Amino acid sequence: MLELITDTETEPTVNKTETQEYFVNMGPQHPSTHGVLRLLLTLDGEIVKKVEPHIGFIHRSIEKMCEKDSYQQIVHLTDRMDYLSCHINNEAVCLTVENGLQLEIPERVKVIRTIISELTRLASHQLWWGVMGMDLGAITSFLYGFRDRELITDIFEETCGARLTMNYNIPGGLMFDIHPNFQKRTKDFLKYFKEKLPEYDELLTGNIIFTERTKGIGILSHEDAISFGVTGPSGRASGFACDIRKKIPYSAYDRVEFKEIIYTEGDSFARYKVRIDEMWQSMYIIEQLIDNIPEGEIKAKTKAVIKLPPGEYYQRVETARGDLGVFIISDNKKSPYRVKFRSPGFSNLSALNTMSQGFKIADLVAIMSTLDLVIPDIDR
Amino acid sequence: MNNEELKNKISIFLSSAEFSEEGSQYLNVTVTPEHLFSLAEFLRNDEDLSFDYLFCLTGVDWITHFLVIYHLESVKYKHTIVLKAKITDRENPAVKTVSFIWKTAEFHEREVYDLFGIKFPEHPDLRRLLLDEDWVGYPLRKDYTDKANIVEL
Repeated sequence: MLELITDTETEPTVNKTETQEYFVNMGPQHPSTHGVLRLLLTLDGEIVKKVEPHIGFIHRSIEKMCEKDSYQQIVHLTDRMDYLSCHINNEAVCLTVENGLQLEIPERVKVIRTIISELTRLASHQLWWGVMGMDLGAITSFLYGFRDRELITDIFEETCGARLTMNYNIPGGLMFDIHPNFQKRTKDFLKYFKEKLPEYDELLTGNIIFTERTKGIGILSHEDAISFGVTGPSGRASGFACDIRKKIPYSAYDRVEFKEIIYTEGDSFARYKVRIDEMWQSMYIIEQLIDNIPEGEIKAKTKAVIKLPPGEYYQRVETARGDLGVFIISDNKKSPYRVKFRSPGFSNLSALNTMSQGFKIADLVAIMSTLDLVIPDIDR
Repeated sequence: MNNEELKNKISIFLSSAEFSEEGSQYLNVTVTPEHLFSLAEFLRNDEDLSFDYLFCLTGVDWITHFLVIYHLESVKYKHTIVLKAKITDRENPAVKTVSFIWKTAEFHEREVYDLFGIKFPEHPDLRRLLLDEDWVGYPLRKDYTDKANIVEL
């Protein structure tokens, strides 16, 4: 025993442990990937060296299917991309077709679309907030988020009969008029949620564990955000002013006041804060419109068979995740020649490798949840 | 810059560029695949143009030729342009990668390669993205047939 001690005294202890990089598969069934996403991680101990996303597990070839479908049918496929912003996706296709046909859309339709879009955004951010908390170990937030989102889906159910994949938009307008209760219920919800949203802050935003795990983690620089095309709240947290609602206003966004939330830190906490602040702005937008829904028709007259004039049509909208582009090439037939959906999640995911290098696996979970990925949106 | 100014600026750099505004809300510039990379670099790096945001990259099969379509926007100047590479070689379609100019192109080019079979020489990691590695054919080509999975209506 004594000999051993003298041995170590003569030879100073050096850490001789050799480390070797190794691979770990995260997903496709990992709960924090929020869907079927497989990440091939190259790790050095716990440190992430490289993240290689493998996608396509739920690729349904929506773009190919669109080439066989009529323009009315395409709308229904887009629900299944980013199912948390389904109404906004529908709206994007409808706007493309309406612009192509140069249809005059009734004011009533524009206002209702905007209100429901903002409700969709609220519901999406509520779900994100709940799931994000759960990813970091806070079960309560999950229950809170779903509790409040339930009230919005109830409003949707009363309006159009569906809670998730709504299909409320059709080219030219809306499928049916709003329910007589719609305005009252929406106002009741706003009143309720204005009291509840500060609770979100109390529960997570000021929580020391939460801030420690998000501040300074997963930094995305301003240049990288633009270069990777990271849009939506994730892009705006890096100081990239990419809100399509401000940049190229559509529907009724040109007549409402709201602030484009921009943070410059680019870390997970900034992405979190952008979404929390955006919820306030969404409520503010709805408040301005809910009492001012103009009377009138709920759809413009369209032909039963829609044929777009030959040409290329590109429409950009702001979903809860960012800049969604619908690119339709028409050759004057009843179905489009080519459709491309530029989904925000696809570009946002491509930045994951850059953002998570040098951080720990547990941080990767935080980074992914603040990116707010929806896998069907990426795979299409 | 408005479309006229953009046109002048680009035609000074590359006289063979073809312009079109017909049937599109943006200015379209069509070039051969050989010229694409140099023009893309010019559009990104020129101080008055500064097209730093590639918001969409996709392909289209016009049977006689392929188009690779790049939608570009300048965050600073807020102008938009559509760049198109016209590829007539159907057997071995290729256009040099722009993933070193806009990082988002890396994923988007893999998708175009996956679904159209257009190769992007010098791409850092050109593999299939959405489909399996052993998938035969390129589904978004117009001559693609798949008796098992596609139902003809």
